[in-house]
Amino acid sequence: MQHMEFKVKWGMVIDLDKCTGCGACSIACRAENNIPPMQDASNKLRTTDWMNIYELSNGKKFPDLEIAYLPRPCMQCGNPSCSTVCPVVATTKDEEGGIVSQVYPRCIGCRYCMAACPYHARYFNWFDPIWPEGMEKTLTPYVSARPRGVVEKCTFCHHRFNAAKEQARANGADPLDLPEDAYIPACAEACPTGAIVFGNLKNPEHRVAKLAASKYAFRLLARLGTDPQVYYYSKRDWVRQLGDNYLQKELKGGEHV
Amino acid sequence: MSEREFWPEGVERCDLGKFLAWLGFISIFLLWGAYGAYKVLGTGIGVTALDNYFSFGLWITFDLAVIALGAGAFFSGFLRYIMRIDELKNIINLAVIVGFLCYSGAMLILVLDIGQPLRAWFGYWHPNVHSMLTEVIFCITCYCTVLIIEYVPLILENRQIAKNRFCHHLAHNFHVYMPLFAGIGTFLSTFHQGSLGGMYGVLFGRPFVFREGFFIWPWTFFLFVASAIASGPAFTMLCATFMETITGRKLVSYETKKLMGKIAGLLLCFYMFFKILDTYAWAKGILPGMGLTFDQMFNSEAGYGKGWLWAELFWCGIIPAIMLVTPAVRNRPALLYTAAILDCVGIVINRFVFTVQALAIPVMPFDQWFSYSPNWAEWSTSLMIVAYGFLVMSLSYRYLPIFPQERALNR
Repeated sequence: MQHMEFKVKWGMVIDLDKCTGCGACSIACRAENNIPPMQDASNKLRTTDWMNIYELSNGKKFPDLEIAYLPRPCMQCGNPSCSTVCPVVATTKDEEGGIVSQVYPRCIGCRYCMAACPYHARYFNWFDPIWPEGMEKTLTPYVSARPRGVVEKCTFCHHRFNAAKEQARANGADPLDLPEDAYIPACAEACPTGAIVFGNLKNPEHRVAKLAASKYAFRLLARLGTDPQVYYYSKRDWVRQLGDNYLQKELKGGEHV
Repeated sequence: MSEREFWPEGVERCDLGKFLAWLGFISIFLLWGAYGAYKVLGTGIGVTALDNYFSFGLWITFDLAVIALGAGAFFSGFLRYIMRIDELKNIINLAVIVGFLCYSGAMLILVLDIGQPLRAWFGYWHPNVHSMLTEVIFCITCYCTVLIIEYVPLILENRQIAKNRFCHHLAHNFHVYMPLFAGIGTFLSTFHQGSLGGMYGVLFGRPFVFREGFFIWPWTFFLFVASAIASGPAFTMLCATFMETITGRKLVSYETKKLMGKIAGLLLCFYMFFKILDTYAWAKGILPGMGLTFDQMFNSEAGYGKGWLWAELFWCGIIPAIMLVTPAVRNRPALLYTAAILDCVGIVINRFVFTVQALAIPVMPFDQWFSYSPNWAEWSTSLMIVAYGFLVMSLSYRYLPIFPQERALNR
């Protein structure tokens, strides 16, 4: 599929040195995006966490042991492995901003996109969603609840993007030139340590663009060619090394970071 | 009119009571599967053992395996009607029915496997022309229609149905145009067998299956076509032998079986040559390019050790290939059937590892291996499709003249 370039590219930089693994981003995401609670969430391969948090370790023993937490939203890949394979165009990357969409009413639930995504950023609705009585009143009205049998994923809170564009139009401003922080997803808003920075990667004035250009920034599995719009940031070598797969001889050279 | 008058002319079948008892036995699996299907469709796919890591499992493996093994239909049709290998007329009807069962069975499983079966037609309405799966949806549904068209004249040849003038002429006309359908079937089947392989080969986020290739087609496209035509004829031949064992009657001459074995053997040699080259290029080229090693693709503790690879390439690849192209081996039934079974098992292993092992491998360095084993809901529904195959084949054998040599062989 033809690679599309956009004037606006929404992106995220997650500072892994600031992330404490508190899970606020994940919870905020769940609440914002109408992810239903599960009666039994013991099988972590069945839970839905658009913002899943992985625990990284340097593999050493105490006192040299170090831990980092890596929140993993959808990478909104520039070259998505998922949207090209969807047989029914239920997931696309064709809108200004570069967010990979997920069209729930069109998804047939074949799960081919899930098989394609190396980040495990896609989730299937194994059963119908059930909200405990009263909890349905907390649903976000701008986000559709998903029925069973369709795939879902992080959308960078796309409804917030729509709202920001509408606000810009109402103010007579250019909706494609939103000021920094006019649109941020729920996870970035909720992060207590400010580890998640969000903005337009193509706007050099945005903090996210500056951070993404840092020598400490890296992307997950970049060498597969997915071209993610989510960057991670860490001053620790071992954390950056865990961002991708390297052969032993490559690690010795150190060019990977 | 007695039930005997529905049998093909001049053949013997077991008595009706025994036949009904056999159908009753088959029905046990059909009912168990129907219950599983009810739970899946009524409650959700959550009743299976599939999860967000193993989005594909037994069902997709089953689909890919039966579609590969069902390739005997299109390839035998191609050899019989296009290449004019006359000997295959003795087994072509069986190949058509086996193919029809494999494809219709795969489609039934897909009804359960996709989360929104009522939206299955979206593949036609909102097609993504860049997706290999779109091509698979197109070709599988079209080819299944072709197989129905090929199966209908066999039904119309039932002794009582054929007495109807219209049915008789309709069957005759279907036969006249059969080379046309065989040609269409060959075209459609080649493409979707390939696209099933292409489906995996394009997954550049999955190092185990990703392949480079020619133009838009990854090498797996061609390998899946080759492996399907290398196993399909062997499977058709095994079906005939299995039916002979159950019924106690000779149905297909051993000469025809040997020919099927020879065809499968030559194609298996062709396939194995390129499969080994492909595996070498993958291990030495693609994996290091992704920063991965060959050893990282396997994990015995998780159940995905190298044993699968050696079983696929050596025990169920090279060995049956050599056996099937060796005339002395083909002349001995036990060895011929063993080689054919190994051939089919090898292709099933290939489809299994491409489907399940590919998803078990952690791609992110901090991720871990996970295992998958299907649960009762997946087994029951898969066995239901096998039982459906037995049911249709039993009825076809009893009432339709599908084996032209049967009378002569049992005199």
